[in-house]
Amino acid sequence: MSPRRSYPHRSVRESGQRGVPALIAAPALVAFAFLLLPLAALLVRAPWRGLGRLLSESDVLTALRLSLECATAATIAALVFGVPLAWVLARMRFPGLGLVRALVTLPLVLPPVVGGIALLLALGRNGIVGRHLDEWFGITLPFTTAGVIVAETFVAMPFLIVTVEGALRTADRDIEEAAVTLGASRLTVFRRITLPAIGPSLVAGSILCWARALGEFGATITFAGNLPGTTQTMPLAIYEAFEHDPEAAIALSLVLLLVAVIVLVALRDKWLRGPASL
Amino acid sequence: MQTRIIVLTAVAAAAVAVAAGCSSSKNSPSSPPASPGAGGATSSPAISGTVTVFAAASLKEAFTTLASQFESDHPGSHVKLSFGASSDLAEQINQGAPADVFASASPKNMQQVISAGGASTSTNFVKNVMEVAVPPSNPAHVTSVTDLAKSSVKVALCQPQVPCGAVAAEVFTNAKITVKPVTLEPDVKSTLSKVELNEVDAGMVYVTDVRAAGSKVTGIVIPDNLNASTEYPIAALTKAPHAVGAQAFVDLVLSPAGEAVLSADGFQKP
Repeated sequence: MSPRRSYPHRSVRESGQRGVPALIAAPALVAFAFLLLPLAALLVRAPWRGLGRLLSESDVLTALRLSLECATAATIAALVFGVPLAWVLARMRFPGLGLVRALVTLPLVLPPVVGGIALLLALGRNGIVGRHLDEWFGITLPFTTAGVIVAETFVAMPFLIVTVEGALRTADRDIEEAAVTLGASRLTVFRRITLPAIGPSLVAGSILCWARALGEFGATITFAGNLPGTTQTMPLAIYEAFEHDPEAAIALSLVLLLVAVIVLVALRDKWLRGPASL
Repeated sequence: MQTRIIVLTAVAAAAVAVAAGCSSSKNSPSSPPASPGAGGATSSPAISGTVTVFAAASLKEAFTTLASQFESDHPGSHVKLSFGASSDLAEQINQGAPADVFASASPKNMQQVISAGGASTSTNFVKNVMEVAVPPSNPAHVTSVTDLAKSSVKVALCQPQVPCGAVAAEVFTNAKITVKPVTLEPDVKSTLSKVELNEVDAGMVYVTDVRAAGSKVTGIVIPDNLNASTEYPIAALTKAPHAVGAQAFVDLVLSPAGEAVLSADGFQKP
């Protein structure tokens, strides 16, 4: 995740691509086929003929709309709270910084269902904080659409933070310092110089965060439950459909596959063109 | 460069070894029932190896007890239990999951397996009725099943495709009430968990689940004229990797000893 590094020996790298040793080519091919095969199976076994009917059912459209809305809301929440945290991690120096960074990225590696249980114990009606939310404000998060957004933000925000922090760390700080010497306030510098400089990473991080939120399953079903129209997002609808109508589950899966492809296309400048481009 | 190739070869060799290990361990459950003696079924035949049992979530406590009884009856055997929603398990079996025994919480899900050729016949071994589970503090002051119709009461139900969801719907029809749940859980144990965690005011679960939860929930009995039940069929599967073990486990569940364990957990005779 350090896209700004320059590679002076680029030509060497490119010429090295020609003769691939068999020892590398064989497992590489296996890996490629392994990653692609399940997706190909999804396309092969898709009920293409009934697709229109399966996808136009009102439950499906409800789940899709809810998914898109919640993932977008979670991404906005991640931008509002996550970017400032990324700035703190990249620019501030204080004892325990490494620990804070590790804790922030914990949800990246934590199984989402564990996140869901943890959220329930923290923000549930009987949770250590949720108890007071309920007593004082009458707010209960589990089993509400807000609960879905909370679960998705918890799981997806670290993706944004990590991406933005990497960009902030490698961004050219001379311009910022020049602006400060010219009398700009720290907030102005952040708004007028830092933010535009990390723009591409901000977009990439947001897309990544949004995609992760859209696919969220474990934390959502554990913390927010499963009710069509309120908390049943696409992954939950797919899981439920698979139990009684596998064809519908395949059709729904295709929709999320399509979204994933769109996300990849949107990110192609960032990922698919190698590390030299930003 | 030389060393790099050596390292790569080692990695590749290790990967192959791991893959081989995985596949051989997968095959092992099918190989052990080489021991003969299945002909003289009067006394317990020597059974070793792994018997895989797929059972409805509500059978968790009873079948865990029966599994350890089976293992002590047949030294060298091991019972692998997989609990979940009956509809989920039926789908997994039809997709080729290597199960020996299927115990379903509804005849409907067993029928799905039989129609797909996964089992030839099944036997109903118990039935289970519903009860309202509330947290011990009973925050919404639920005193009867009709209270669940109140909009102020947060109710967790099983999904309608899952047996506990279907039976709960029957109870509501009998009681002539409409219940708007806050969540539809994938199986009965996750419905119970939401009650145990005090996240909902009430949940519709089986009598046996309330008993298994002990003091963590309080049960509110549903009158017989409103209550509904589901019958539990069990079958040894036709594609069982361990056919002898499968039949022996089914026999244990249907035996008086099995019946005693099940009725101690609150199950009724079918």
